[in-house]
Formats: sequence, C-alpha cells, structure tokens
Amino acid sequence: MPAIEATGLVKRYGADTALAGLDLAVPEGTVCGLLGPNGAGKTTAVRILTTLLRPDAGHATVAGIDVVKDPAKAKAALGLVGQHAAVDEVLSGRENLQLFGRLHHLGARTATRRADELLAAFGLTDAATKSVRHYSGGMRRRLDLAAGLITEPRVLFLDEPTTGLDPRSRAEIWSAVRDLVRRGTTVLLTTQYLEEADQLADRIALLDHGRLAAEGTSDELKAVLGGDRVEVLLVDQSDVDEAAHLLAVPGLEVDRDAAKVSIPATDRVDTLSGVIRTLADAAIPAQDIAIRRPTLDEVFLHLTATEVPA
Amino acid sequence: MTALRFAVTDGWTITRRDLLHWRRAPSIAVITLLFPVLLLLMFSYLLGGGMAVPDGGDYREFLVPGMAAMVMLFGLETTFTSVATDATRGITDRFRSLPMSPSAVVLGRAGADLLQSLATIAVLIGAGLLVGWRWHNGLGPALGALAMLILLRIALLAVGIFLGLLAADPQAVVAMQILVWPFGFLSNVFTSPATMPGWLGTIADANPVSATVAAVRELCGNPGWPGTSWFAENATLLAVVWPLVLLAIFFPLAVRRYQRLNR
Repeated sequence: MPAIEATGLVKRYGADTALAGLDLAVPEGTVCGLLGPNGAGKTTAVRILTTLLRPDAGHATVAGIDVVKDPAKAKAALGLVGQHAAVDEVLSGRENLQLFGRLHHLGARTATRRADELLAAFGLTDAATKSVRHYSGGMRRRLDLAAGLITEPRVLFLDEPTTGLDPRSRAEIWSAVRDLVRRGTTVLLTTQYLEEADQLADRIALLDHGRLAAEGTSDELKAVLGGDRVEVLLVDQSDVDEAAHLLAVPGLEVDRDAAKVSIPATDRVDTLSGVIRTLADAAIPAQDIAIRRPTLDEVFLHLTATEVPA
Repeated sequence: MTALRFAVTDGWTITRRDLLHWRRAPSIAVITLLFPVLLLLMFSYLLGGGMAVPDGGDYREFLVPGMAAMVMLFGLETTFTSVATDATRGITDRFRSLPMSPSAVVLGRAGADLLQSLATIAVLIGAGLLVGWRWHNGLGPALGALAMLILLRIALLAVGIFLGLLAADPQAVVAMQILVWPFGFLSNVFTSPATMPGWLGTIADANPVSATVAAVRELCGNPGWPGTSWFAENATLLAVVWPLVLLAIFFPLAVRRYQRLNR
C-alpha cells in the first residue's frame, strides 16, 4: 500500500481551479518530489494531504488513513514542515520543541528529552536556550524541520523546505532529509529548485495547472527530451554552418547565436571522440565539447510549455 | 472525556507559551502592565485639575474604573496581534496539523489574554489605591465590578480572535490601535457624556465600555454623573447585556472563521 495516495483531488477557489483532479501515489520509504511552477497546485495538494484543507472532490490517504474522514488519526501519522518557518520567535529552540512535544501529548519529561535529542541531531545544542529571533535563517529552518519530527512521523511533508536558504544551509537540510529516509520515513517534498528534486527525490511528480503533467524518476523524465547529447561550443560563430554540415545526423540542433551545435550522444564516448576528430580534421576551433544530460529545467520547460496559451 | 481533558491540557500548554513570552521579553510585559498606570497618572495630574466631578468628588476616584475598562479595551490589541501573528507565521497551521485538541488554540489564547488583563488590572488597582481610589461598598460588590470587567474582556476576546483571523496581518494592529482610542474616548471613561453635544453624548452612553464603567463606578461607590439617556439609566443591565450581545455575534463568527481555514 502506498504511504500517500491521492485520487482525483479537486480544489476550487471561486473561478480558480487549484487542483483539477490530481492523482498521486508515493510508495513507502521513498521521497517524492512535487515540482511545478507557481500556482501549479503544489501547496494546495500538501495542505489537503495534511488535513489543513478539505478537497472539493477526490480521495486521499496518508499511511492508509483517510485524511478527510479521519483527520485526527491522520495527524498522528504525519509531520508537516510548511512554507514558513512556523516556530515561535520569542521562545528558545528548546522551548519551541518542548511546546510542540507537549501538543503531541508527550509527557513533560519525554518532551524535554526529545527536544534535546532533536537539538543535537540538528546541530542546535549550542543555541538551545537562545531566543529564536537570534537564529539565522538556516538555524530557524532546521528547528522548523525538527519540530516536524517530534514523533518520528511515518510520512513527512516538506513544503519548499529550502526556499531562501544559502547553499550551506540547503545542504544541511538535504542531509537531514536523507537521514530520515534511511530510517524509513516517506517524504513528500515540494520545491521550485529542480536540483533539489534531482538530489533528494526517488520519483518526481510534475504538476501543471493542478494536474499531474509527468511522473517518473529524474532519468526517466530527462529521457523525455531524448537522453544525453554531445554539445559543442564553437569559438567562431561563422563556423556553425560548416560544423553542422560535417556532423549531420538525425537530431542535430543548431543555435547560431550561441555558436552551439549539438547531436544525440548515441554511442556516448565514441560519439564524443568522433565529434572531436571531425572538428580537428576540419580545423574548426571549439571552446568546449561535452556530453551533457538534459537538465530537469529543460524537461520542466518542455512539459509545462505545451499548455501555455499562444 | 479525553477530548475535554486534552482541550484543557493542550489549552494550558498554549497559555504557558504566552507566559514564557513574558519571561523571555519582560520589557514588553512591563510596558503592558505600566501603560495604564501612566495614563492614569497623566489624566489625574495633568488634566484632572480641569475636570469637575459631581458632589465635589475626586477625579481620580472617577477615573480608575474608566481606566480599568480601557485596560480591557487595550487587551483587544493583544488578542488581535497574537492571533494575526500566529496565522501569518504558519503557527496556526502547525497547530492544526498536530494531533492536539482543536479547541485548545482558542482556549489557550483566552487563558493567556485573561491572565494578562488580570495582571494589568491588579497593577492598575495598586496604582489606583496609591493615588486615592477606594472601593466603598465592601469586597463583594468590588468583586462584582471585577466580574463585569472580565465579562467585557471575554467579549472583546471573541472580537479580537475574529478580527485577527480575518485580517491575518499583524501590521493591521496599527489600525486597531488608532480605532481603540476614539472608541475609548467616545464613552464615559474620561468625562461625562452629558458634556458632549447631545447626539454624541447618547452615542457615548450607548458605548458598551460606558455601560461597564458606569456599573463598576456604581458597584465601587465611585462618583459618576447621573445619566440622562436611556442607556445611562440602564447602565448596569447593559454592562451584562452588551458583552453577551458581542459574544453572541463574535463567538460564532470566530469559530466559523477558524473552521473555514480548511476551505
């Protein structure tokens, strides 16, 4: 049974449709990256799955529990780390975790012990008694994540967990998420950073206009664009036509303005060395030659561009 | 029964969060506690000389019940800011995603805000006693007066929660602070409505704050002006009816607003 399952989720706000029949299944112990442009319905989906929002139609379960019919039970099985760092600014890090622990109905002593464990796990022990308003953005976000993990939820929802963080803090959050997954937590993560989905997610669900536009592993999605390519960046724009003529194969792409020529890397290194030889023989100077995998950005643009009205 | 128990224990956890705030940011707590005292002193000694109180009464005797009601009115700002801040910062959502009692958020807020108002009233009473205010009818009626004030505060709690959820922007408290003042002045807190233009005086008498203040003055045996309007003549009754009317309107609105967060 999938840890998260949604079928036909619909959510409308007046004339706006936030979700137009979303289907999603996340197997237990995996990370699903929910990716999509602003307004694609990512946050709406998370809010429904975490019982914060009631869908207009459709059905959703988390850890096998119906989130609409049995929200109280679902809440006990899930953890939510929302878009804001939802921690109390005035209280200290420890006091925050104690507060949320108590609200999880842990006893006073257990709540304190758990708070200290989490502070240690997230490298916040030194700042434990400091007021959160003196925390850096990364520390605040780590505390926020810790607050979502008080009872080791079976399913964790992370809504844009690293938006606005510096690269170092981002890496810290990523490593924390990986640790959790190793211990068996299922994670659904929304993000605008494709690299983040690429780094963390086993499978990526691409949302567009409230619907699933594509779903698969990062490699599967990239294969949509025809796999790896050998890309040549020429020194001189005027060489573009000659290079294109010499390299001519099906799937050749030319970008004259960027002085760029690329062909499918069908035989990978052999294709690459073939290209190098051809250009050397014709004495066409190149700035850069490389095998390049399509980025998720390209997949993203390719898949979401189709529905944009002309 | 577990539902009720969790409503109380979770509510207390949320109340304790606010108590910790006072400990963590004592300067704000001190300002909240002393601001009404500052007003009391300003109005007593800077403006009080120009105020005539009937029967040669003392202006400070007249003013303390009014300031006590102002404390309740200022509490509206506290409730509003706390609710709006939690809503914008995502803390309300986090609470809603926890397996805690859903009514605890409101109960906890009520507990914290009532405690704050009570502490402020206690300080104000202390200051009042120092400048010569007394309750003259014994402890029973004085406690009755306190109950009237608390009733008003409970009604304003519902108003504050509703408006806080509606605005969902803590910055909007500025508007609230600006509105609280005319609301406080358009009453019998600082002077008699009979000194105002007729129609304005009637509005001032009809102000729920006026009803509570008149009732408190009556119960404590402090000087007040005999009212001329229907509202002033029935002030004690209105001091009970007004908060109940406000509650009847704003409590369901606040509950509905909270439940509608999942829309």
